[in-house]
Amino acid sequence: FVPGCFSVLVPQATPVAVFKLSNDFKEDPNPMKVNLGVGAYRTDEGQPWVLPVVKKVEKLIVADNRLNHEYLPILGLPEFRSSASKIALGEDSPAIQENRVGAVQCLGGTGALKMGAEFLRRWYNGNDNMKTPVYVSAPTWENHNSVFANAGFEDVRPYKYWDAEKRGLDLAGFLGDLETAPKHSIFVLHACAHNPTGTDPTHMEWTQVAEVMKRRKLFVFFDSAYQGFASGCLDKDAWAVRYFVTQGFEMFCAQSFSKNFGLYNERVGNLTIVARDADNVRRVLSQMEKIVRVTWSNPPSQGARLVAITLNTAELFAEWKDNVKTMADRVLLMRASLQAKLQALGTPGTWDHITQQIGMFSFTGLNPKQVEYMIKERSIYLMASGRINMCGLTTKNIDYVAKSIHETVVNVQ
Amino acid sequence: MRQTCNSDGGVGSTENVQARGITLLSIFVDTPTAEPNPETKLLADFKTDTHLSKVYLAGREYLNKEGQTSVSPLVGKIMQQICTDPTLCPEYPSSFGLPEFTRRATELVLGRDCHAIVENRVLGVQTVGCTGAVRLGAELLKHWYNVSGVWCGPVYLSSPCDDSLAGIFEAAGIQDVRRYRYWDTEQRGVGVQKMMEDLEMAPEQSVIVLSASAHCPTGSDLSQKHWRLLTQLMVRCRFFPFFLLPAQGLCHGDVQQDAWPVRLCASLGMELLCAQSFSHSFGLYGERVGHLLCVLKQSSTLLAVQSQAEKQVRALWSRPSVRGARVVATVLSNPAHHVEWQEGVKSMVERGILVRERLREKLRLLGCPGSWDHLIQQGGLYCCTGLNVQQVEFLEKRRHIYLHPNGCLNPQFCLAAPPGSLQRRHTPKLAVWLCLSTHRIIRVSCLRSPLPSL
Repeated sequence: FVPGCFSVLVPQATPVAVFKLSNDFKEDPNPMKVNLGVGAYRTDEGQPWVLPVVKKVEKLIVADNRLNHEYLPILGLPEFRSSASKIALGEDSPAIQENRVGAVQCLGGTGALKMGAEFLRRWYNGNDNMKTPVYVSAPTWENHNSVFANAGFEDVRPYKYWDAEKRGLDLAGFLGDLETAPKHSIFVLHACAHNPTGTDPTHMEWTQVAEVMKRRKLFVFFDSAYQGFASGCLDKDAWAVRYFVTQGFEMFCAQSFSKNFGLYNERVGNLTIVARDADNVRRVLSQMEKIVRVTWSNPPSQGARLVAITLNTAELFAEWKDNVKTMADRVLLMRASLQAKLQALGTPGTWDHITQQIGMFSFTGLNPKQVEYMIKERSIYLMASGRINMCGLTTKNIDYVAKSIHETVVNVQ
Repeated sequence: MRQTCNSDGGVGSTENVQARGITLLSIFVDTPTAEPNPETKLLADFKTDTHLSKVYLAGREYLNKEGQTSVSPLVGKIMQQICTDPTLCPEYPSSFGLPEFTRRATELVLGRDCHAIVENRVLGVQTVGCTGAVRLGAELLKHWYNVSGVWCGPVYLSSPCDDSLAGIFEAAGIQDVRRYRYWDTEQRGVGVQKMMEDLEMAPEQSVIVLSASAHCPTGSDLSQKHWRLLTQLMVRCRFFPFFLLPAQGLCHGDVQQDAWPVRLCASLGMELLCAQSFSHSFGLYGERVGHLLCVLKQSSTLLAVQSQAEKQVRALWSRPSVRGARVVATVLSNPAHHVEWQEGVKSMVERGILVRERLREKLRLLGCPGSWDHLIQQGGLYCCTGLNVQQVEFLEKRRHIYLHPNGCLNPQFCLAAPPGSLQRRHTPKLAVWLCLSTHRIIRVSCLRSPLPSL
């Protein structure tokens, strides 16, 4: 015991896997190295991309003398919140028209999940929800576990989702877990472009999920980080969220604008709240304000302003949708190319899942040993789960990657 | 889908009614309306007040001569540069924020030659404003362990303090939050003796939240002599200091002097946390530029603390937003900009002192009972008049002048009319009403309320 030394007994936390991967990649001297681990968009030159519309709007903001640097309201910029919710729910959403939608501007998708989790732990289904089960997909974005656990939920469990053998959705398992979950359990659903598998339920499958959730009174918490990025079309990517609204669900939807606006470092997120009526929304928002006040007090203004201006100006909105499509199209192109090359090489196994999966990520099906081989022998960095970021692929490195996958699958079992 | 009216008055589709069966109630039906926080309530009352010459004096910001928040030309220029800089890429920053920012923020508080920096026992984390820094600090403290297990308090806050502080610690899971006496109504300053008495009673390993300078909301700080006494006490009782430094430079017009208590503790080899904000000193309120500084006793614990900090940030907001931090880093890294900024801060302080002096002088000329010297002895953004609850209420209800319930106000708001108010130059008027309120309450109920000292 060292007097006055409080930190001597602080335990080392396990490092965040994806950060470690990025670090290892950075330090790798191999000129052929490829980073397929990071969760951000890259151009065909392997560079981050500032969307042209973003550059335009940034200039507008800097030039606008009327804009000040005051604190935003606690719940965020009003025009951002409403336009962001419209993006998720659709402009003609019955919930919006019925004035039963609220929103909280948050620090990225993480912040939105955090606010939603903190609220639910305090107020959902009675006052103390530490024991209410929170279900996250198996697998899922690993931060889901941390956010809900840190918000005080003691019981964060997986629901069956990915079928490793058939390399697709385990619908029966998913529905089964929905049926057996304790009533009022909270389910975190990926709105589209499931991270990390890239496998989404079909419309028909979503209707089945919704039916069980309604019957068993399970809470719907959508995580929507890739709207527009999956198919290239905002409305298509929001189908599941909007379907649930038409089915009368009350729900939370955590939205991120990091990927579809390329605003990774401005932390632009929105928690959309759909409730039975305006009075419920009002009460929920009053509690959200309290929670925000003791977390970050007021959200940052730059990103929200940028998004709000874009979404609320017709020509800019059109330009943005176009930029989003550009990104989505490049991803689709890389998927098609990789699949074609693996097929041409005669790589053992089936590789259709590469083009069937959707969004930024693909679950290749490579096992941990094969992943290790890829990293150590080929300097191709991917997550231990076999997840790759399609954006890490370029026309210049795709041959190398395809050949490496081939070599790995053939030599390592 | 046909629209029908449900029995609870809500509108829904036919399918909904059938599917929901008897569940027409919202999941949120039991969620009560939250009590608005005192500041929000005060501002809301002000906004609904229809009186023509209403005045709001409880604002949180520094105002320029026009009564607006503003950024200096230097900051404006740098923002332009950043906007057009093609080399800046929109990558995710690390959870710790921009390295250049955390480095400069750390140096600003501790001084570049601080032993702790040289010996690699400091951790700096960029946070979402000062609130974010306090929250992160609170979350980190939960991972401090002592020999009997998980540390769980107590945390001591000054009485009064920023009204959100207790809630931040509670939200982080630290329920044992206590107060130490700080503002002494009679002395109209810090009641050091009572403060020390309260702290002597605190259990070992208590965390003491201290304002390094420009105490919120009173504006009253400890003298250097008292800081030395306090730190002796803290070392002896094995307390952990958690400093708040929301406006470094804006108290004395000197960044070193404002951070002096933190540097003192660091020089004594103490472990400490320090929550900083650059909102006021850069006018970047909306950008939420904050920093949490951790000074450790040994460099061997740095990695563990760093890993915990990363874990906590990841579950709070993942990474901070960079724009504001980039501006601050650019200014603080460039010697010429740094000097220009410090000079700007100094002139803000001089303007603040001028207002205080004007107010005190006016009160003197009006023959307002009591001593008003404390107005110029206090520093920073806030000023504690020493008015009691009834006097503050009188000002609000009868004169439409809005102060914090504890009698504190932001003197800057006296300088020019806040939006929505018709009047400029409130100082004379404020002085009159302060005076009248003091008189009136003495006349009406001199037995009930404590008299200001004569």
